[in-house]
Amino acid sequence: MSAISRDQVAHLANLARIEMNDRELDHMAAELDVIVEAVRSVSEAPIQDVPPTSHPIAMSNVLRDDVVEDGLTSEEALLNAPDAEDGQFKVPAILNED
Amino acid sequence: MSDATLSFDEALAKYDPVLGFEVHVELNTKTKMFDAAPNAFGDEPNANTTPVSLGLPGVLPMVNRTAVESAIKLGLALGCEIAPVSEFSRKNYFYPDTPKNFQTSQYDKPIAENGSIDIELEDGTVFTVDIERAHMEEDAGKLNHKGGAGRIQGAAYSLVDYNRAGVPLIEIVTRPIRGAGERAPELARAYVAAIREIVKNLGISDARMERGNVRCDANVSLMPKGTDALGTRTETKNVNSMRSVERAVRFEICRHAAVLDSGAKIVQETRHWHEDTRETTSGRPKSDADDYRYFPEPDLVPVVTDAEWIERLRAELPEPPAERRRRLKAEWGYSDEEFRDVVNAGVMDQIEETIASGASAAVARKWWMGEISRLAKQREVEPGELGISPVTVVELNQLIEKGEINDKIARKVLEHVLEGEGTPAEIVEQRGLAVVSDEGALSTAVDEALAAMPDVAEKIRGGKVQAAGAVVGQVMKATRGQADAGRVRELILQKLGVEG
Repeated sequence: MSAISRDQVAHLANLARIEMNDRELDHMAAELDVIVEAVRSVSEAPIQDVPPTSHPIAMSNVLRDDVVEDGLTSEEALLNAPDAEDGQFKVPAILNED
Repeated sequence: MSDATLSFDEALAKYDPVLGFEVHVELNTKTKMFDAAPNAFGDEPNANTTPVSLGLPGVLPMVNRTAVESAIKLGLALGCEIAPVSEFSRKNYFYPDTPKNFQTSQYDKPIAENGSIDIELEDGTVFTVDIERAHMEEDAGKLNHKGGAGRIQGAAYSLVDYNRAGVPLIEIVTRPIRGAGERAPELARAYVAAIREIVKNLGISDARMERGNVRCDANVSLMPKGTDALGTRTETKNVNSMRSVERAVRFEICRHAAVLDSGAKIVQETRHWHEDTRETTSGRPKSDADDYRYFPEPDLVPVVTDAEWIERLRAELPEPPAERRRRLKAEWGYSDEEFRDVVNAGVMDQIEETIASGASAAVARKWWMGEISRLAKQREVEPGELGISPVTVVELNQLIEKGEINDKIARKVLEHVLEGEGTPAEIVEQRGLAVVSDEGALSTAVDEALAAMPDVAEKIRGGKVQAAGAVVGQVMKATRGQADAGRVRELILQKLGVEG
């Protein structure tokens, strides 16, 4: 049985705002299945004595003093914007009319 | 379309409301949570960004130490345990106000957990609210919708200002609050007021609700009376004044009751509060937490606290507001009612300063609760915003105690202070308001008044001492209120050979 269903891929695609047709969903489900299968071997590792960790490096408290540094100007911030107006990023209508 | 509602009384007769709050507090640090861009309100759009707050590829965030310390202080003020190890996570969602397509937040390892605070209602009733957690995260950018009357519905497009993206936030989450009954709306308001007061007192936030420094999401559910299984809840967003929180909770209680009464089920969803119509409307269905696909933030390492750090911060905490109120009440000797009125009128700080500047507790209360409150009401501002300083009150009172002016004139002087004419002493001097202390002039005025009212004078001679009031009134009129009424009375009785 495959680990990833087409419905799951459709759900993920929706969350990621990626439009996928049926053929693509089937294709992606199969590909993801291979990946999940490959990663599954990790669950066989003997981890009984290993504490859970979220980072490979044992570091903590990398903190910054609360001091303002030069950032971007408004013009610089907008350099990569596909569209801009009044010094702001311009984005398409958020809600679809329905 | 408006939703059906039951009246509040009907709703409460059948159901017990259960509340829950998520309050977001924007910190007043100089920089953002994860980068050194300024945290400032009202600047030119997109002028306060760095590649980190814009979510550009390859950037590395770094945690603001002051923001962490603010979170620890808030955790301590809320009676929470401070986590020995806390971590950041990514909360993934796509929305234009979040340039990174995820919010850096905390998920399973928040900085503070398991606290509680006592919330005092206006009549002194105390509810204990349990705090589940307080965690650190970042704010989103600001959307300005264009077309469609500036609302998201029907907008042609939107403009995004990322100045606020990355501003440090602390989200405070309560456990379900049961048993408030008909006081639930009031408790909601008092809870938000208490949080606001605490963060302001700690100095970690400007706590200005109109600027969104403190924002409340209010969860409401109902349990049929006699049952104790939690009902389905709704989460009302966009309640950004204390008054709105109270009204939104009341509305949701009435709406839930109507839905349940009709046999239908409450849909678990977010609701939007509309201050203009005083209703909530349906927002998006509440996503399951899993939909955010939280995972540990790989670019940030854990925050580890030790006792030394926590105790240093604990030592920096100011006196908690509730304790301060108890102390001041005892020091000032006010009755429960007197003190509550002072707190509700928002003049506690002013009275404290007035007393510190040399007035007695009774005098400070008399002025702030009396004439100053009246003038403030007249001008539709808070007494503390009127522009009368505690020092002015002390000066005014000294002039009365020295006998230079009486209470009535003092009230006039106060109005002139408001008009910017100077200090009380200057005004009394410039306007010639000092009481007539020239004994000769007073004596003449008394003689004239007695001569004009022979029958009253006769009554007083006959022992009806209280009739002297009429003569005092006449003298006060003649001296345009600038005589010392007590001295005038003495003179009258003396002249008529009567014992006071």
